[in-house]
Amino acid sequence: MATPENKLAFDGGWGYEPAPESTDHIKVDSRYGLFINGDFVKPKSGKYFDTINPATEGKLSRVASANQADVDRAIQAAREAYRGPWGRMKAAERGKYMYRIARIMQERAREFSVIESLDGGKPIRESRDIDVPLAAAHFFYYAGWADKLQYAFPGRTAKPLGVAGQIIPWNFPLLMAAWKIAPALACGNTVVLKPAETTPLTALKLAEVIAEAGLPPGVVNIVTGAGATGAAIVEHSGVDKVAFTGSTNVGRMIQKTLAGSSKKYTLELGGKAANIIFADAAIDQAVEGIVNGIFFNQGHVCCAGSRLFVQESVADEVIAKLKDRMETLIVGDPLDKNTDIGAINSSMQLEKIQSYLKIGKAEGGEMHQSSCRVPKKGYWCRPTIFTGVSQSSRVVQEEIFGPVLAIQTFRRYDEALTKANNTPYGLSGGIWTDKGSKIFKMTQGIRAGVVWANTFNKFDPASPFGGYKESGVGREGGLHGLDAYLKLGA
Amino acid sequence: MAANRIAVAKTYKIYIGGKFPRTESGRYFALQDKQGKVIANMCRGSRKDFRNAVVVARAAQPGWAKASAYLRGQILYRIAEMLEGRREQFIAELQQQGSTQRAAEKEVDVSIDRLIYFAGWADKYQQVFSAVNPVSSSHFNFSVLEATGVVSILAPDDSSLLGLISNIAPAIAGGNTCVALASESKPLCAVSLAEVLHASDVPGGVVNILTGFRAELTEFFASHMDVNAIIYCDGGKAVARMVQTLAADNLKRVVGRTHLDWSGDAENPYLIRDTQEVKTTWHPIGS
Repeated sequence: MATPENKLAFDGGWGYEPAPESTDHIKVDSRYGLFINGDFVKPKSGKYFDTINPATEGKLSRVASANQADVDRAIQAAREAYRGPWGRMKAAERGKYMYRIARIMQERAREFSVIESLDGGKPIRESRDIDVPLAAAHFFYYAGWADKLQYAFPGRTAKPLGVAGQIIPWNFPLLMAAWKIAPALACGNTVVLKPAETTPLTALKLAEVIAEAGLPPGVVNIVTGAGATGAAIVEHSGVDKVAFTGSTNVGRMIQKTLAGSSKKYTLELGGKAANIIFADAAIDQAVEGIVNGIFFNQGHVCCAGSRLFVQESVADEVIAKLKDRMETLIVGDPLDKNTDIGAINSSMQLEKIQSYLKIGKAEGGEMHQSSCRVPKKGYWCRPTIFTGVSQSSRVVQEEIFGPVLAIQTFRRYDEALTKANNTPYGLSGGIWTDKGSKIFKMTQGIRAGVVWANTFNKFDPASPFGGYKESGVGREGGLHGLDAYLKLGA
Repeated sequence: MAANRIAVAKTYKIYIGGKFPRTESGRYFALQDKQGKVIANMCRGSRKDFRNAVVVARAAQPGWAKASAYLRGQILYRIAEMLEGRREQFIAELQQQGSTQRAAEKEVDVSIDRLIYFAGWADKYQQVFSAVNPVSSSHFNFSVLEATGVVSILAPDDSSLLGLISNIAPAIAGGNTCVALASESKPLCAVSLAEVLHASDVPGGVVNILTGFRAELTEFFASHMDVNAIIYCDGGKAVARMVQTLAADNLKRVVGRTHLDWSGDAENPYLIRDTQEVKTTWHPIGS
C-alpha cells in the first residue's frame, strides 16, 4: 500500500477481527444489598440505584443506596469486630486471612476482570493485566506486614487506629478497594468502604471473596451509595480514620470536615502531571510513554501524564509520531481484547471532557483527534491532543480526567522544570532522556510524589504512591503506606 | 562597669529574609515584667509582615533544600556554637520573663543540645526513612524524603526558647524554610535567637521570626496559599479546628504538637519526618 514518505502504514490492509472476552462465566445478581457484618443485607433506606455499562448504556444491576442508618449499622459492625475477634487476633493469623483473600482473587481473576470492564468501561486488556492482578498482589504484599509492623518504624511502637472509613473512586474500582482495605487490615483496623456509585460491582464481588475467605463478620463492610453516603462515613463519630481517593475539591471539603477531630486522614487527590521529553530521549519509546501516560484507562487516571513538554528541537517529530500512533489506537468495546481505549466511565464524565474540548478550542488551542470510528451507543471520546496552548490555558491547568493531552515545548531543562512545577498539583511526573545525570536532575526537581523516568504509569504494591501540594496528604503502598493506618507512639 | 553608666537597651525587632526590620505596620506591644515595668516594646507583626516573610522563605527554599545534608548539619551545629557563646544572655532574658535561674539555665542548655541533636540527623534521617522498593516488574524503584517546602510555625507560648528551637531545627534540618511566630508572652529569646541564626551562616530567608499577637496572626499562618505545612503547639480544640479548616484551602500538612513535653518528647527524627514528602522514582532496568 502506498504511503507518504516516512509515514508508517498502520492500516496496511490488516484489520483486527473482534476478539471479545466471553461473559457467560460471570455472575452478577440483579440486585445487591449492603455488605454489613458478614452478610448482604437490605438497606434501611429501602432505596436502590442502577449501575450501568457505559459501553452500552444497559443496566447491569441494582445496588443499595446506604443512608445514615445504614452507615451507622456498618460502622457499628466494624467497631464490634475491632473490639472483638479482629482486635484480639494474633497478627500472624490476620495476615493469613489476607493471604486467603489474595489467593481467592487470583482464582477468580477472570471473573473480576470482565465485571470490572463491564461496570467501568475500561479495556479488558487493562483490567485483566493490571487492575485485577495488582489488586490481588496488594493483599498478598500487605498480608506479610501484619506480623512485622514493629520493624517498619524504628524507635516507635505501632498500634491500630480502630475503624477506617474509606471512600474510593470509579477509575480503578477494585484496585482502589485493595489499596485501601489491605493496609488497613494488615495494621489491625476494621473497615467500612464505599465504592463509587458508577462502579460498585467489583467491590461487592470482593465482599463475596471476603466472606468466602471466612473473615470474622464486620471486619470489612461495604456500603454503596453516592456522595451523601460518603459524607455520612466521613462525619461519623465512630470512625477513627478517613481514607479518600478522588477530586481535590472533595478532598478539601473532607479536610475541613475533619478539622478539630482527632481522626487521621489520607487524601489521594487530583493531578496534572508533566511528561517531559528531551531531544536525546529514545523518541519511539517516549511516544509509547506519552500514549500510555495519557490514554491509559481513557485518561481517567489521577497521575495521568496530561501535560506534555517536548524539547523544541524534536517537537515536530514527536508530535507527528504521536499523531501517527494515535491513529492506531482502537476505541470501542471494552471487552474486546484488541481495544486500547474503552468507554468513558459515565455520561457525566463525558460531558465534562467535552466541555474541556470546547474550552481548549475557545482559548485558541489547536485540537487534533484520531479519526477512528466510535460506537453509536455508549460514552466515547477519541484520543485528543491540544497544541498551541499556554501555561494559563485551562486545559493546561485543570484536571480533565479524560484522554486529552495538552502539549507545550521548552528549550532548557530549567524552563521545563519551571513549567512542570507551575501547578497546584504534585502527584506525578515523567522524564524521557538517555542521559543519567539529567534523569536525576529532573526527577529531583519535579515537585511530585511519583516520578517515572523513561517509563510512565507503573504501579506496584511495594511502591509508595501519593502527592505533594494539593494532590493530597499521605502515601499508599509500600512500607510508607502503613503509616496511614497506625498510631505511632514512643 | 561604672555605677553611673547608662545601659544600652536592645531594640527587639522581627527577622525577615536575613534582615531585622521593624514591623511594616508600625505597631508595637509593651512587654512587661512581673512588676509591670516595661521590658521592651515588641513589634506587633502584621499579616503583611507574614506575607513578606513567606515570599523570602519561598525564594530561599530550593537553595536550602539543595545544600548538602552535611552543610545543613554544620550550620545547625554552628547555631548551637553561637547559642553557647551567648548562653548568659539567654538565661538573663528568660529570667527577665519570669523564669527561675535554674529553669532558665536548664532551658538554654537543653536548647543548645537539641540543636546538636538535629544537626546530627541532617544527614541521617534520609537513610532511616528511605527505601528501595522490590517491585515485581523490571524497574529500579526507590523512595526518598524531600522537604515539604515552606513551613509556618506557631511556636509554643510557654517554652519560648526550647519549644521554638525544637520546631525550627527539625524543619530546617530537613531542607524546609520556615516562618515562626514567637511566644507572645515571652518573645525576647526568639528575637535574640534570630540574631544567633544571623551569625550562624543560616542563609537569609531560611528562618524568619515574627513577634505579635497569636489571636490576630494564626489565621494568616494557617491560610496562606504558598505555605505547604503548618505546625501549631498551643490552644484547644477551637484553635485546632480553625487551623485545620483554613489549612485545607491548599491541602497543607497540619502538624499538631500540643501535648509535647519539649524537654523530653522532642528528640526523635519523626519531628523531621513530619515536614517531609515521600518521593518515589521509577526507572526501567534494561540494556
